[in-house]
Amino acid sequence: MELIRLLGQNTLAGFNKLGRGTYFLTHTLAGFMELLPRPHLVINQMYSVGVLSFLIITISGLFVGMVLSLQGYYILSDFGAEESLGLMVAASLVRELGPVVTALLFAGRAGSALTAEIGLMKATEQLSGMEMMAVDPINRIISPRFLAGLIAMPLLAALFSMVGIVGGHLVGVGLLGVDNGSFWSQMQAGIDFEDDIINGVIKSLVFGFVTTWIALFEGYDTTPTSEGVSRATTRTVVNSAFSILGLDFILTALMFGD
Amino acid sequence: MQHTHTQDTLVGLFVAFGIAGLFFLALQVSNLSSFSNDDTYTVTARFQNSGGLKPRATVSSSGVKIGQVKSISLDPKTFESVVEMSISSRFNTLPDDTSASIFTAGLLGEQYVSLEAGGSDELLKDGGKIELTQSAIILEKVIGQFLFKSAEEKAEGNK
Repeated sequence: MELIRLLGQNTLAGFNKLGRGTYFLTHTLAGFMELLPRPHLVINQMYSVGVLSFLIITISGLFVGMVLSLQGYYILSDFGAEESLGLMVAASLVRELGPVVTALLFAGRAGSALTAEIGLMKATEQLSGMEMMAVDPINRIISPRFLAGLIAMPLLAALFSMVGIVGGHLVGVGLLGVDNGSFWSQMQAGIDFEDDIINGVIKSLVFGFVTTWIALFEGYDTTPTSEGVSRATTRTVVNSAFSILGLDFILTALMFGD
Repeated sequence: MQHTHTQDTLVGLFVAFGIAGLFFLALQVSNLSSFSNDDTYTVTARFQNSGGLKPRATVSSSGVKIGQVKSISLDPKTFESVVEMSISSRFNTLPDDTSASIFTAGLLGEQYVSLEAGGSDELLKDGGKIELTQSAIILEKVIGQFLFKSAEEKAEGNK
């Protein structure tokens, strides 16, 4: 009996949270109009969300590309197909690893910071203070962060893929001696602009949207105690990772299953 | 957070780098630049069997890439495979008795269309048809024929 009651309670609580999250999202999107006269709010957030994530994204991208190249070479050389190394590295980065790994790192680096920042604002009653002064905290605090996350994510994913391909080239051509010309020509023959690159950008946009939404909502919805903030930060990373990987499966099935 | 001049510059740099990354992907990694900007003309060829040929496969002449396969469809009456190819206008001097064959690059490679120029004075035009075609070689058929033949020879040797 206790079990059934708990199950019902949790289900209702889940739907309740989803409803509040959706209301929060529409309010945030409506707040975009208010940002037009104050672009510096977004630029400030682009700095903390994008510029500060730049280093971790490029370094991870470089190493992921290098490892892909190394692993791919050992497998491909069994079939005498080392020339396809460029295609393999580029396809896996542009289609999958670029958007997904960037989104996971983004959730860990920028998403958790956003949750902690907004959660602390709520715990120290800064958000209530704003409401007292007739300033809408969602328009002023949440919307610029949301827009910044939405812009930064595809740029970071593109950077990740680019640096990864350069890393793969360094290892493949520089270290393992794959022919430079066939590395690029196989890549260019196999990667399609619309099918691969545009779809990769769409993926990263979706991931950016979901990650920033989760991070901001968890922060805004937190229990205003130090324990609540720490829990909300954990939930941001865990829920973002789940949603990114789940959505990636659905998007891949939709995009590449022809 | 205070709004500063350096921060603007850093954000600007970040956005510039990101867009440069997208351009790199579009131009260097994908095949966007190779043929789509050029003018192309379309020719069709009918094959008995186009094997594993796919859209966007290479069309080459004497080993040089001159275009790509646009679409592959089945003629519902003759049950032939109709292959549409777009060829770069730079190579518009192919004679109209050019022959088309489907080959495989290497043993496990992709299939591609190879055009061999004939000796006619008339040129292939946009929408033109290639009459002389050679189908893809289906490995299973070749192996089947080979096995059949060697079994036949053995039977004759036993007599």
